[in-house]
Amino acid sequence: MALPVFESADDPGTDFSRLLSRAGVTQPAVGGLRPEDIPHATTCVALRFDGGVVMGGDRRATSGHLISHRSMEKVVQADSHSGVAIAGAAGPAVEMIKLFQVQLEYYEKVQGNALSLEGKANQLSSLVRSNLPGAMQGLGVVPIFAGFDTRRETGRLWDYDVLGGRYEERDHVATGSGSLHAGTVMKMGYRSRLDRDAAVALVCRSLWEAAEADSATGGPDMVRGIYPIVAVIDRDGWDRVGDAELEAVFTGIVSSARESSS
Amino acid sequence: MSMPYYVAPEQAMKDRADFARKGIARGRGLVALRHGGGVVIVAENASQSLRKVSEIYDRIAFAGVGKYNEFDQLRVAGIRQAELTGYQYSRDDVDARTLANDYAQLLGNSFTHGMKPMEVEILVAEVGLSGGGDDQIFHIMYDGTVVDHDDACALGGDADAVTGRLSDGFREGLDLAGAVTLGASALAGDRSLSANELEVATLERGDDRRCFRRLGADEVAALLGS
Repeated sequence: MALPVFESADDPGTDFSRLLSRAGVTQPAVGGLRPEDIPHATTCVALRFDGGVVMGGDRRATSGHLISHRSMEKVVQADSHSGVAIAGAAGPAVEMIKLFQVQLEYYEKVQGNALSLEGKANQLSSLVRSNLPGAMQGLGVVPIFAGFDTRRETGRLWDYDVLGGRYEERDHVATGSGSLHAGTVMKMGYRSRLDRDAAVALVCRSLWEAAEADSATGGPDMVRGIYPIVAVIDRDGWDRVGDAELEAVFTGIVSSARESSS
Repeated sequence: MSMPYYVAPEQAMKDRADFARKGIARGRGLVALRHGGGVVIVAENASQSLRKVSEIYDRIAFAGVGKYNEFDQLRVAGIRQAELTGYQYSRDDVDARTLANDYAQLLGNSFTHGMKPMEVEILVAEVGLSGGGDDQIFHIMYDGTVVDHDDACALGGDADAVTGRLSDGFREGLDLAGAVTLGASALAGDRSLSANELEVATLERGDDRRCFRRLGADEVAALLGS
């Protein structure tokens, strides 16, 4: 393969999607699919705390009434200080995340410095918008983007609509079929200046309640040891919370639920 | 009607090579060498913002000497090539040897067919997974010649003398400080170079996906002083 060298007039610059189309790597358009045939990913949340943000997402993907995956990873690291969580059609969503990760790193290397956090949020917006034909058929992707803004020294979070609309939220945000329940739990439990552990516990609680009330959201699978993905992003960057800590948090939630029903 | 002058192919190639070499010799050089923890690249560069050494991919670094705009164009082309391959196949399928060959094709073509040869020499280095001799250092010349170096190599003006000093000082199992000190003294010769005049970056063998790391002037000064 010859090296991709372009004349300055048609140089794709720092846009990896444009580079892909210039290099002839294009995505086929989808058509005639029923949403219930396609795996869908569900509840994801993000919450701001004292030192940054906590993101969380359950592990279930469903095709109609069928559980198609039990250990899907919907919350992933975008780069050193940010993460993205997805709800919606799993295939386009996973592809979107991959493209987003490559785009951020590609920009950083070509340009010599990383995009600002807001620039990254904006970039994701255009990826969501480019999935518009899919969204028109019920194969929309609705992500959450969150990260630690190293210039402003604070955690920030954004949610999106299927058309690529981008909304910065102050404290917490939820997306997917269980978002109503998860969002309510976070709203009730939110206090300003939460510390890390309290924020992780609140995120776990919101996912637990969403799984209780929404059939497409999976709860902690204690039998197989599959727990929701929870990640903390602070000044030191992305840190995925270990299964041992999550097990302890969910064991606490289970025993308090048991007490209140006995 | 005027007749074009006949120039023997040997003469044409020699003229082009002289032209490219002159351009390269004007700039300051750089060295790359293996050490215990990976590969380190030390470049003589007074500018803090115009980089000679940069990251291409997870385990691959690029460095260039000569005309800045020309090697910067090659750097971006390499990033594009690597990212496209990694996106279409897997991140594991991106390797320095393929990239070095692609660079050689491009430079070779520009040397024989271009309006003028590119006045650059570039280096592509890859840090291996195990460290058991799987680090790679490729030196690609202005005419597309590729040389594969085991331990260390020097690029740019006065490369022969720098290579001599480098291979005299090189020994197996150098640590990072030793490697940076050797690189700096090989570049300097009888001059002395301060940390501010050096651009240093390493490819570090470790658990991180991205192995490339730039060393700040303070860190370089500390390594040179130790």
